[in-house]
Amino acid sequence: MAEELKDVVLEYVKNEYIEEDDEDTEIDYDTPLISGGIVDSFSMVSLKVFLEKKFKLQIPDAKATPEAFDTVNKICTLVREFTHEA
Amino acid sequence: MSNIGSYDERVKDFDWSVAEAELGWKDGEPVNIGVLCTDRVCEQGLADKIALYWENSKGAERTYTFDQLRVATNTYAQFLKELGVGLRDRVCIFMDRIPDLYILFLGILKTGAIAQPLFSAFGPESLIVRLEDAETKVVLTTMKHVRTVRKIRAELPKLEQVVVVDCPDESKLKEGETAFRLDEAEPVARFAAFPSVPETPSVLHYTSGTTGKPKGALHVHGSIVQQFITAKWVLDLRPDDVYWCTADPGWVTGTSYGIIGAWATGTTQVVYDGGFSSETWYKVIEKYKVTVWYSAPTAIRLLMRDGTELAKKHDLSSLRHLASVGEPLNAEAVVWSEEAYGLPFHDSYWQTETGSILISNYPGMEIKPGSMGKPFPGITATVLDMKTLEPIEEPGRVGLIAIKPPWPSIMRTYWNNTPTYYGKFHRGWYITGDRSTIDADGYFWFVGRDDDVINTGGHLVGPFEIESALLEHEAVAESAAVGKPDPVNMEVVKAFITLKPGFEPGDDLELAIMNFVRKRLSPLAMPQDIEFVESLPKTRSGKILRRVLRAQEWGEPIGDVSTLEDD
Repeated sequence: MAEELKDVVLEYVKNEYIEEDDEDTEIDYDTPLISGGIVDSFSMVSLKVFLEKKFKLQIPDAKATPEAFDTVNKICTLVREFTHEA
Repeated sequence: MSNIGSYDERVKDFDWSVAEAELGWKDGEPVNIGVLCTDRVCEQGLADKIALYWENSKGAERTYTFDQLRVATNTYAQFLKELGVGLRDRVCIFMDRIPDLYILFLGILKTGAIAQPLFSAFGPESLIVRLEDAETKVVLTTMKHVRTVRKIRAELPKLEQVVVVDCPDESKLKEGETAFRLDEAEPVARFAAFPSVPETPSVLHYTSGTTGKPKGALHVHGSIVQQFITAKWVLDLRPDDVYWCTADPGWVTGTSYGIIGAWATGTTQVVYDGGFSSETWYKVIEKYKVTVWYSAPTAIRLLMRDGTELAKKHDLSSLRHLASVGEPLNAEAVVWSEEAYGLPFHDSYWQTETGSILISNYPGMEIKPGSMGKPFPGITATVLDMKTLEPIEEPGRVGLIAIKPPWPSIMRTYWNNTPTYYGKFHRGWYITGDRSTIDADGYFWFVGRDDDVINTGGHLVGPFEIESALLEHEAVAESAAVGKPDPVNMEVVKAFITLKPGFEPGDDLELAIMNFVRKRLSPLAMPQDIEFVESLPKTRSGKILRRVLRAQEWGEPIGDVSTLEDD
């Protein structure tokens, strides 16, 4: 399950935020996304909406900080936190 | 004692010749921004002073002295000249905040051409309308962003050259693209810069309106007089300062104060090329011992969200003056910054069209938290009655903010759109399109926009552009984009959508439409909320009533709709 979640998020980030013909940007589970400039703080909202809809959860705005969304691993921690609460 | 000294004393006897004298420029002499920000600073004995500390999110670092900046801007200017760039040609810079962006901006100005910086997160549709309107001759970009340019190049017959400044291998380029690397070029010690006069065009910044395409506000080299004096008196830049302007030069703050104001005053500045993170920002301040920090309310509210404790974990004792721009700075943020940093943020107000700060809180002047402050010396500002457009005399009544022209940095026209430019003036006033009150002490208090333009995170986004992009999505029949309140960004985009037959509202469609707009226009323009509706409120002639939807989002009275139905 853990691996699956990580891969779903990583795949989504790759598909949505990296151009098809971009061969130079490589990302893994710990690549800084927000602070690394791959996903900007506005685009973070579409990532949040994706997570909420895909995993049927609500992430409060106060928890949706650039730090909490900075890597795939951190995003998964956030998703797990709110999956358990639900 | 601050540079401005006593605001009240400065206001009494100010005229713009005071600013010209402070800059050391005399009427009749050339006034080239590129020269004044580099060569002139070196001639003042500051050639070896650090002009730029640059760092990116991957940990790469570069440092430039003013002399290195001078030579680098010459080298780019020479290259552009040999490429055929000359007076009034529009030259676009489309890249992240790498040193080349800053150097190119001044290099372009040295040639007499017009610099057209565009936000690097723009998608192909945002890019094409701006390049098409400006009939841009050259785009300077990077390997990362040339991909966006390639998508639209065939539709831009006036675009003669695309130059990639970080190409590692020319085989990666397509036909019609040129590689140029500053670090491999022969440095140009002397360049005969174009001898600009104050009215020579310099910078073209695009800004969004309620209707139609974005408008290009054209500025001139003479704007430096005001950018210099406001950098000195409002931002209080002094010889020993390390200054950090967090704005991107794709927007006017990033050029007026992230390049011109900073370097015309011979100030050392820091540029961090990376996304926002409170922790990283504090590390930048700590590492470079930043003393003056010019940022935006959205960032300040994100820093607030991360709390005072995080701020206290870092040594931020180098900070001595904080200023903010982009949208109104709420009183809570001013009070919080005193708690977190021991210093208040000083709000300032101006627009793309005005070129420089017009209304501000000044060092040494009492701050009323939540107020925009008072007009800069030499600026006559008032509020006009919303119906009669006569100046309002009594304090506290809401009106349109209006400024008496001219001032040195006011735009000289909207590119290709003179009628709209003249429409900004009424009976001798420049009408900003913003509403405020003025209190009995002369402080301005922002109320809101007077049109449908959406201010999100300090950036203006035009609803027309968003609606046009939405209509290109296969599922969308009709759309309306409005600003809805947001605790961090002041406003975010909300879209109301009716669907074409055969499409059903749903989570997947909502996300698909959001991403569709994000990629076509920019992340700023992406609706953060989409509401699928059966129909949109309209006038009898079929015009969509955004005002009604906006009022609904803000919990404001919808007003008299019946009169509008006769529109």
